[in-house]
Amino acid sequence: MKRTTSHIPMWLLAELTFACPVQCSYCSNPLELSASRKNELSTEEWIRVMRQARKLGAVQLGFSGGEPLVRTDLEELVVEAKSLGYYINLITSSIGLTAEKITTLKEAGLGHIQISFQGSNRESNKLLGGTDSFDHKVAMTKEVIKQELALGLNFVLHRQNLHQVEEFLTMAQSVGAEFVELANCQYYGWGLHNREHLLPSQEQLIDAERVTNEFREKYKGDMEIFFVAPDYYDDRPKKCSNGWGTTFMTVNPEGEVLPCQAAKVIPGLEFPNVRAHDLNDIWHNSDLFNRFRGTDWMTEPCKSCPEKEIDLGGCRCQALMLTGDATNADPVCSLSPHHDEVLRITKKAQRPYQEEDTQKLVFRNPGNSKKITAKKPELTE
Amino acid sequence: MSEFNLDTSSFKLNPRYQFQWEEAQQCHVLLYPEGLIKLSDSATEILQRCQQPTTTATLIDELNNAFPGAEGLANDVMEFLADAQQQVWIVQASN
Repeated sequence: MKRTTSHIPMWLLAELTFACPVQCSYCSNPLELSASRKNELSTEEWIRVMRQARKLGAVQLGFSGGEPLVRTDLEELVVEAKSLGYYINLITSSIGLTAEKITTLKEAGLGHIQISFQGSNRESNKLLGGTDSFDHKVAMTKEVIKQELALGLNFVLHRQNLHQVEEFLTMAQSVGAEFVELANCQYYGWGLHNREHLLPSQEQLIDAERVTNEFREKYKGDMEIFFVAPDYYDDRPKKCSNGWGTTFMTVNPEGEVLPCQAAKVIPGLEFPNVRAHDLNDIWHNSDLFNRFRGTDWMTEPCKSCPEKEIDLGGCRCQALMLTGDATNADPVCSLSPHHDEVLRITKKAQRPYQEEDTQKLVFRNPGNSKKITAKKPELTE
Repeated sequence: MSEFNLDTSSFKLNPRYQFQWEEAQQCHVLLYPEGLIKLSDSATEILQRCQQPTTTATLIDELNNAFPGAEGLANDVMEFLADAQQQVWIVQASN
């Protein structure tokens, strides 16, 4: 077998299903929601995928979705993954989780559960996630801690909830969470569609970071907090998934393999399917994984940039969405000739937070999917 | 964070870490939520003896037997264990 890269796909993200009880307006899934689940990979197909990825050297496995708990074979997949030697992470809304299920999954070999919150209290979590699930999330958080499984809480931040960071961290601290991720949402899929009402102002970010630092200081050693800022406010872009085709492999519910979760927005790419190809072949030889691997594909100003190895030109999807061409520099970079577009978007976001704007978010659900995709939305403003 | 005395308590590998040989990396690793630590040969020798409860004295004895004549071994082991305790790779074994 021809080997085109020495990189090992350390991470396999298994998106088990697009089905999800939560309706997050920032979801990175495509706007076209598969109405049916009949084309999802079967248990046997997932086991084959896990085996092939493990052979390539994958060692971290994330079960995500949609909501992975929707899959009735989750426990079976965890058992199989554990026997293959994976460290297993479950990325969940916790809807569908019970104390018994936590026990079963832990016994099956699950290492870590990440529970996401949409709001910092009952009302706001319901408003922003479209489900009345706050009390259940808190109960499950406590249960995971009680059963001594590694736990991470993930609070997805944006314009409509950045002011809730203090309330959220207070809750996290009171239940004894050791790891909290405060991640500003990214603008792909539904997140891009809702960007105007998700992108925060600089002032909101500064406030939230100040509160975060106060908690870090106060609960040093007990609670570790990661704060992921939206990169529209940086002057250098972030690498795509630690570098396109270097670390991550995402397999979507229908078996397509992606270098990053958002890559489907880029036109002209063909996504090889695990039903037709071996993962080894896809990782090493596919046009897709080689398309933006390394630096050969770059155009100016990246091509001759002394920093090109640091960020590898940034995010390909963002380059496409904001400049119309995926081979351009990520316009977050101040050296990009399209950086003005990012400045124009962030400038528009410097208005104060207004509670009633929350009503303008378009939630991720089949009804909205139908409406939007029928209209064929303009992706950039 | 649980503090314990490395000289008097027995301890073991933190069950939240997964310790294993990685063929692709050609080394032993410690796996934890969303991450991986590659272990040196000496770290591996120590940690694989921590999969069951053990003590500093036992470890040093065992390693002295496995590597007779290794200079400064006891000091290296104690230094590593202090670091491993700090990183919570090892935890106190319940008595």
